[in-house]
Amino acid sequence: MVDSVHPPGTGIPPAEVADYVPPHAHGWWARYVFSQDAKYIAIQYSLTATGIGLVALVLSWLTRLQLGFPGTFDFITTEAYFQFITMHGMIMVVYLLTALFLGGFGNYLIPLMVGARDMVFPFVNMLSYWVYLLAVIVLVVSFFAPGGPTGAGWTLYPPQAILSGTPGGQSAGIILMLVSLILFIIGFTMGGLNYVVTVLQGRARGMTLMRMPLTVWGIFTATVMALLAFPALFVAAVMMLFDRALGTSFFMPTLYDLGERLSYGGGSPIAFQHLFWFFGHPEVYIVALPAFGIVSDLVATHARKNIFGYRMMVWAIVIIGALSFVVWAHHMYVSGMNPYFGFFFATTTLIIAVPTAIKVYNWVLTLWRGDIHLTLPMLFALGFIVTFVNGGLSGLFLGNVVVDVPLSDTMFVVAHFHMVMGVAPIMVIFGAIYHWYPKVTGRMLDEAMGKLHFWVTFVGAYLIFFPMHYVGLAGVPRRYPEIDAAFVPDSIGALNAFISLAAFAVGAAQMLFLFNLGWSLRRGRPSGGNPWRATTLEWQTPKTPPEHGNWGKDPPLVYRWAYDYSVPGAPQDFIAQNDPGPGAAHGGAA
Amino acid sequence: MVIAVVLVLVVVGSVLFHLFSPWWWTPIASNWGYIDATIIATFWITGAAFAAVVLFIAYCVYRFRHVEGRKAIFDPENRRLELWLTVVTGVGVAALLAPGLVVWKQFVTVPDDATEVEVFAQQWSWNFRLPGADGRLGSSAAARISAENPLGLNPNDRFAPDDVIMQGTELFLPVGKPVKMVLRSVDVLHNFYVPEFRAKMDMVPGMVTYYWFTPTRTGEFEVLCAELCGVGHAFMRGGVRVVTQAEYDAWLLEQQTYADFAAAAAAAASARVALGNAP
Repeated sequence: MVDSVHPPGTGIPPAEVADYVPPHAHGWWARYVFSQDAKYIAIQYSLTATGIGLVALVLSWLTRLQLGFPGTFDFITTEAYFQFITMHGMIMVVYLLTALFLGGFGNYLIPLMVGARDMVFPFVNMLSYWVYLLAVIVLVVSFFAPGGPTGAGWTLYPPQAILSGTPGGQSAGIILMLVSLILFIIGFTMGGLNYVVTVLQGRARGMTLMRMPLTVWGIFTATVMALLAFPALFVAAVMMLFDRALGTSFFMPTLYDLGERLSYGGGSPIAFQHLFWFFGHPEVYIVALPAFGIVSDLVATHARKNIFGYRMMVWAIVIIGALSFVVWAHHMYVSGMNPYFGFFFATTTLIIAVPTAIKVYNWVLTLWRGDIHLTLPMLFALGFIVTFVNGGLSGLFLGNVVVDVPLSDTMFVVAHFHMVMGVAPIMVIFGAIYHWYPKVTGRMLDEAMGKLHFWVTFVGAYLIFFPMHYVGLAGVPRRYPEIDAAFVPDSIGALNAFISLAAFAVGAAQMLFLFNLGWSLRRGRPSGGNPWRATTLEWQTPKTPPEHGNWGKDPPLVYRWAYDYSVPGAPQDFIAQNDPGPGAAHGGAA
Repeated sequence: MVIAVVLVLVVVGSVLFHLFSPWWWTPIASNWGYIDATIIATFWITGAAFAAVVLFIAYCVYRFRHVEGRKAIFDPENRRLELWLTVVTGVGVAALLAPGLVVWKQFVTVPDDATEVEVFAQQWSWNFRLPGADGRLGSSAAARISAENPLGLNPNDRFAPDDVIMQGTELFLPVGKPVKMVLRSVDVLHNFYVPEFRAKMDMVPGMVTYYWFTPTRTGEFEVLCAELCGVGHAFMRGGVRVVTQAEYDAWLLEQQTYADFAAAAAAAASARVALGNAP
């Protein structure tokens, strides 16, 4: 049965264990730079991810300058174009989205939402950030290396990634990229162990797994997946590094480099693709599952209604996480792998659509007969649902193996993954920031600026990527700096120019958002501890922003699930998770 | 309020865009019309699903927006509804997958009467090879590639000498006859992509990949590379011309075979020796 209002005296939290007190820092460096407090580490991750993300945003503008107005900008050479798109993609997927959802939101929200004082391994947690920062620095160094950064495409397929026809292939670019990825994975293993073990072992009394908010379920499942999937990328990166630097032939068959016979032999380029996508497909769900979890909590809170079908939502998250490990070769339908694999992977890929669809229905059914407050978090949550449904449905085209044959490597694929992994999770990130900024800073973000930010971003991003599907349908390939072919109508040029202009408008709106973040820090309306009147534990801290150790003298005791909104007969339209309820006479709070 | 209107406009706008935009696939020139039909079916199903979900959201956001005195219902779950929705989704997904897999079975099953045509790719040009009168392609290996033997054919293979070779020129195909495109690359990944044929496949150094199709109308078609292969990727162009059988036979007579290439190379080598240079 669903865990909601129960008679007084029941729902008593289980037996007491010793309170874990996290280490106290002394001195400025230990308190603010090498902080072991997950909240500070979260902000470090978030600022670094945002910083490198802005670099990737600029790279996207340069890409759109070329695609919208080819032949206009001489400094955008073909080499430079490939470097722009490669670094844009790699940064966005790995260094921004993964780092922000897991390192940023995970660190801030997991301990608070499960009632812990901090993560269970605070020193390793601190180290994980500095390893991540080192990975980012190595990545940035590759921009300035002789030959520039790699231009092999974010997928880094061999053999071209390490040969001279590709920017960075025979210079430092690809080496620095692979070293950076290796460092990133090391850092994320350290962080990932923290998130997983804290959820399993660090929950407050009464916080059973099935009372956890979906935000925690999403980040937790994503972290488990990351611990299992990143090793595949790790070994692929190490093997490619050996092929490049030591002359091994893991991925290199007998081949020629621009006419010159090399000494490689016997390796398999497709082996890299299997390893990469065994990581790469779970990776997109590592980005998506935290977004799913967060958006469930945003919709529930701002519609004042329990998330519909909480248990199915948890199961759907877990099943999606598990299934995501058996669909990877849908990225390889035309790779030349055994074509009979296509039957298996098309089937698993379309099966994974079912639990995903259930989640969409449940978000939408949460709105049904709710009390919907059109706050900024709610608006962005709605924007997520719309763009995620659109992007997920275009995935059904690509997952159906034979339909993928003409569409693969066209702009249809680019449109699909941007809509489902770029636009939709970014909508959640913005909604989450508008939602939790008051908890982190004690102030509300400015609403007028926020509304403008929302409308330009939502409508603008849709106008960028929906029409792009049709550019791909017309047959225009991806990774082409310009297209000039008889089968492509001239009007595609006009469409590309329109898409570019929409992209610049959306980019400008982000500058407004950044301004809002800084401005509201000093001038935002003071929020109080629980401005959204939410049930989850992070809003019940004694101080806002939460102090070191989060809970003051006593950690919370949890009596109910995370979704007691609009409970019939309750005095308010929400009941906090640590609220024992009316007439509670048992020895709850010590 | 505005959000409800905008959501309706998103649905209406997307549908109108789909129906009235000029941006659609180029007319097909192969037997893979089933792929086009499956894409259209997918547009219908996904379009209906998108419209249903987003319009429902728009309705909810309008009808259940917060006004003074509104209270949400408390309805944690509804097992029957969830089960029903799961079944409907499963049926919808199966309706897309089943025909798709039937066509895929056809795609991977090469007809017995298909002629083999080899596409040989390198950074950044296309070459072609036909089996010649004996109907078989001679064996080849990347290690054999040299200036005199650019496609790396085995000079000791008796099926090789009559192989017809096109270096950087157009490939001709007779209309209406199935062909199995046998794909080889000598350096990096490429992909032999002719949009009008719909079918395509990556070319992987160290292995031979394939796909098959039947050209169904005559015409000149451009070849593009559809797998990132270095800085020349977007400029790696070729041509395929589908012609009548009579035109094809006439064209074939003018082409060079491997034997012709080998003889010309040998003659050039003797000439160099005669002049006192290396062969």
